[in-house]
Amino acid sequence: MWRDAMLVAGKDLRIEARSRVATNQVAPFAIVILVLFGFALDPDRGVLGRASAGLFWVAVLLSSLLAVQRSFAVEAGDGAADGLRLSGLDPAGVFLGKAAAVAAQLALLQVVLAIGIVVLYDADLGGPVLLVATCAAATVGLAAAGTVYGVLAAGLKVRETLLPLLLLPVVAPVLLSATRAWEAGMGISVDDGWRWAQLLAVFAVVYVTLGVLAFGALLEES
Amino acid sequence: MAPVVRFRSAVALLGRFPALAGVDLDVGAGEIVLLQGANGAGKTTLLRACAGLVQVVSGEAEVLGHDLLRDRRTVRRSIGLLGHAGTLYDDLTVEDNVRFAVRAGGGDVAAVGPAMAGLGVGGRLRTTAVARLSAGQRRRVAIAALVARSPALWLLDEPHAGLDAEGRDLLDGLVRSAVAAGATVVMASHEAERANALAGRTVVIGGGRVLQRDAVHVA
Repeated sequence: MWRDAMLVAGKDLRIEARSRVATNQVAPFAIVILVLFGFALDPDRGVLGRASAGLFWVAVLLSSLLAVQRSFAVEAGDGAADGLRLSGLDPAGVFLGKAAAVAAQLALLQVVLAIGIVVLYDADLGGPVLLVATCAAATVGLAAAGTVYGVLAAGLKVRETLLPLLLLPVVAPVLLSATRAWEAGMGISVDDGWRWAQLLAVFAVVYVTLGVLAFGALLEES
Repeated sequence: MAPVVRFRSAVALLGRFPALAGVDLDVGAGEIVLLQGANGAGKTTLLRACAGLVQVVSGEAEVLGHDLLRDRRTVRRSIGLLGHAGTLYDDLTVEDNVRFAVRAGGGDVAAVGPAMAGLGVGGRLRTTAVARLSAGQRRRVAIAALVARSPALWLLDEPHAGLDAEGRDLLDGLVRSAVAAGATVVMASHEAERANALAGRTVVIGGGRVLQRDAVHVA
């Protein structure tokens, strides 16, 4: 399973490195979101600062939709999905590999967005341990849930519009928990941020487990 | 010796349509069997059922000793399917595609170079993205991946499509070499003359059933 996961992750990351969709489209899209929020809330810099954690995670969430759609779009071309099924790869390995590749892209995206909110919103990223732990747990959860729902929508003609409808309600707890944890880490609120981070970890464990168990059946039906 | 492919009253549905409506078929080890029939007869579905890509819902279906009604995944590492699409990744290079196919199938990556060279997609094409290749070159890359994987059962759906005369001769030679090395081949083709010369016998498919089997050719 782990060998197959490494193989699939390597393949997906190589495709992204060659096509540069993540760097030329997904990352700029995320930055544009931050800029638009800035335009909308600029008259009140206080609101922008207080909302920076939530705006960061909304940008991550919307960008993750693109990353997940891209992850399955590369399998839709030239019958590649048949190739993936025929390859004999362990479906759990395929799931872990695709989720790992999405997670790697999201992690890089979060670095870009973190710089973005510091520059555009004057955000103070104090409490880096909590912020990084939150990012790690949320990224795994988003990538795992995205990969589960991505393969579910992959075989349908309406996949581009269906995926956001399926995925956004499911990952709403990630948005809530990650925002609360970041607000605590940034000193915006006095909540216990680690409790929110723990919730994110539980979400990640649930969706990784679900993906490992169910991805094979979902891939066959896609 | 047990047949490589053994179907008895096999039924497979595409939606609610019975694309295979009770197929009886035996293919022995080392055979080259040609499936012939009109468009929509069920040839592609039969090949995909052999590969475990289409679920057989009733009857019996065994490929390489694996019961496809119970488990249609395990057999796939031993099967190579050359379908209408090449199952290639456009953004990867020729070598990346062939190497991925071989490693995914648990094969020996040492076979990648010779397979690409044999199909004429080595050299400068080796590092070219598949998206930049012509249809014929893409077909050659897909065949190179098949050859490098060296499966026990080759399933070829219109294998000569998109190839030039040299490529067609090359493919025929590769099929004969694979069979000589112990592989079994089931193919569907509308190019009767070339396919008949290659196949040991023809099975005629129509309406999702086998209409005629064991038509022996003298190549």
